[in-house]
Amino acid sequence: MAIRDKLSGNEAVAVAMRQINPDVVAAFPITPSTEVPQYFSSYVADGLVDTEFVAVESEHSAMSACIGAQAAGGRAMTATSSAGLALMWEMLYIAASSRLPMVMSLVTRALSGPINIHNDHSDAMGCRDSGWIQLFGENNQEAYDNFIMALRVGEHKDVQLPVLNCYDGFITSHSVENMELLEDNLVKDFVGEYKPQHYMLNSKQQIAVGPLDLPPHYFEHKRLQAEAMRNAKNVILEVSAEFEKMTGRKYGLFEEYRMEDAEIAMVILGSTAGTAKYVIDELREKGVKAGLIKIRVFRPFPAEELAAALSHCKAIAIMDKADGFNAKGGALFNEIRSAMYDGDARPAIVNYIYGLGGRDVRTNDLEKVYDALAEIVATGVVGDPYRYVGVIDANDVAVQAEAAAARE
Amino acid sequence: MSNVLEIRWHGRGGQGAKTASLLLAEAAFDTGKYIQGFPEYGPERMGAPITAYNRISDKPITIHCNIYEPDYVVVVDETLLDVVDVTSGLKAHGAIIVNTEKTPEEMKEKLSTYNYSGRVYTVDAKKISMETLGRYFPNTPMLGAVVKVANVMDEKVFIESMDNSFKHKFASKPTVIAPNMEAVKRALVEVKGA
Repeated sequence: MAIRDKLSGNEAVAVAMRQINPDVVAAFPITPSTEVPQYFSSYVADGLVDTEFVAVESEHSAMSACIGAQAAGGRAMTATSSAGLALMWEMLYIAASSRLPMVMSLVTRALSGPINIHNDHSDAMGCRDSGWIQLFGENNQEAYDNFIMALRVGEHKDVQLPVLNCYDGFITSHSVENMELLEDNLVKDFVGEYKPQHYMLNSKQQIAVGPLDLPPHYFEHKRLQAEAMRNAKNVILEVSAEFEKMTGRKYGLFEEYRMEDAEIAMVILGSTAGTAKYVIDELREKGVKAGLIKIRVFRPFPAEELAAALSHCKAIAIMDKADGFNAKGGALFNEIRSAMYDGDARPAIVNYIYGLGGRDVRTNDLEKVYDALAEIVATGVVGDPYRYVGVIDANDVAVQAEAAAARE
Repeated sequence: MSNVLEIRWHGRGGQGAKTASLLLAEAAFDTGKYIQGFPEYGPERMGAPITAYNRISDKPITIHCNIYEPDYVVVVDETLLDVVDVTSGLKAHGAIIVNTEKTPEEMKEKLSTYNYSGRVYTVDAKKISMETLGRYFPNTPMLGAVVKVANVMDEKVFIESMDNSFKHKFASKPTVIAPNMEAVKRALVEVKGA
């Protein structure tokens, strides 16, 4: 029997951590992820868990402590955002290449500078090829559910990789909404006990972790690591199916919303997908065949599956909440356009950069994108695919008039 | 958003507008509704203008943006009326509730400078707060006022829910529970409108 509750995204994740009762949590506070270790440390203080809580002096140390704990044979967890993730940079790669299946909540936030505490995906996109599995949640429920599933995925013998549980800073982390919690014993049974095949505190079979790896072996280790990421896709589907049996909540590699006959579609990560669903429902009432794909599993990237799901569309907008700075658009855009190359379908594909630094993404912003897609379908003219929505354009006549009025 | 009740709170950092929006969300949750309660964070300092939001619905809510066309606006700090157009986007059938010692008629005249001609309610949350709590915490009386005006839920259910929330929130200082309840109940009675 599910427990109906109302929690913020951060509190929901902290509750999942309490239910799992990991061996070690090492964390350093940074907005908007701070509440996760804050709530969790109170569970430690109240004796609700027997976790070793390590209050470290930086995020580099937080990740280092998690690496040590996981390599020793324990279950380690942490949470961070933005610059905190950036400071972990060196250690992110070490966690992944040492095949240490810890779980970290990434409460997504813009990277500096200029300094900004609000949500976008520049932190998550920055570490997209560091070797971590990346799951994205739309709301508090998904942040909670993905966190619980993340352990099973990462710890699977065919995977053994760390997992990032990404959800949007403030929009999800600090918003209180309805959700369903699982009973403690169900979570405990679902994640089970962590039994690593090899670990440092195993006196019967001693191993070294992270030694110098020279040309005779390094390449092979990297290839095995890439293989593990490829294996993760099926494991994610297996674990999600098992989770669905327990909860009734269905999770795949991505969610398709009103896609069956969609002519125009958006691809989105995170909380804006919920706003898009609202916009789609309104457009559908007007007879517009609009749809949405919300990516849950960003790493490993479900390229073939996405290409198949989008193949019947006429025009697609790929929504990136982080700019690419490659002069050719955002990361999601380039990967999806690349994924479409192997198929026969050639829908028009455009890219919209949106919501940077916490710029609120309004329903009419998303309507504008669907309008532009309908225009592409009607005229057959795509134009420059690298676009922005919700940004104030200094060349806009109305903006100039407003600025002039303000000066007077 | 026709089936969703949308409320926008205007306050200043430290006055508890965010807490009030979360308490309202909890109370509505207790009546079986789907809810959202979320703040819009700016510079996090005492006294800075802040905004918080509520959505309350019988159906699940997927939308995740701020509220631009609220059904109700709650102004926790009267001085904001000279700084922010608190009536922005407020729906014609809606209402605004202001913490002030002024009458609804006086407030209506002030708000007419923003071309607002809808319903206006006032409650002297400062007086209530000082007389019940002995300190200025305007958010709890404003919570009572908005529940009354927006008819968010049955008053008896609301009072029970608030009692539970305060018992939880003030577990370490139970002496403030009764004065807070008194502040909420007085606002339910003392809010007046035009």
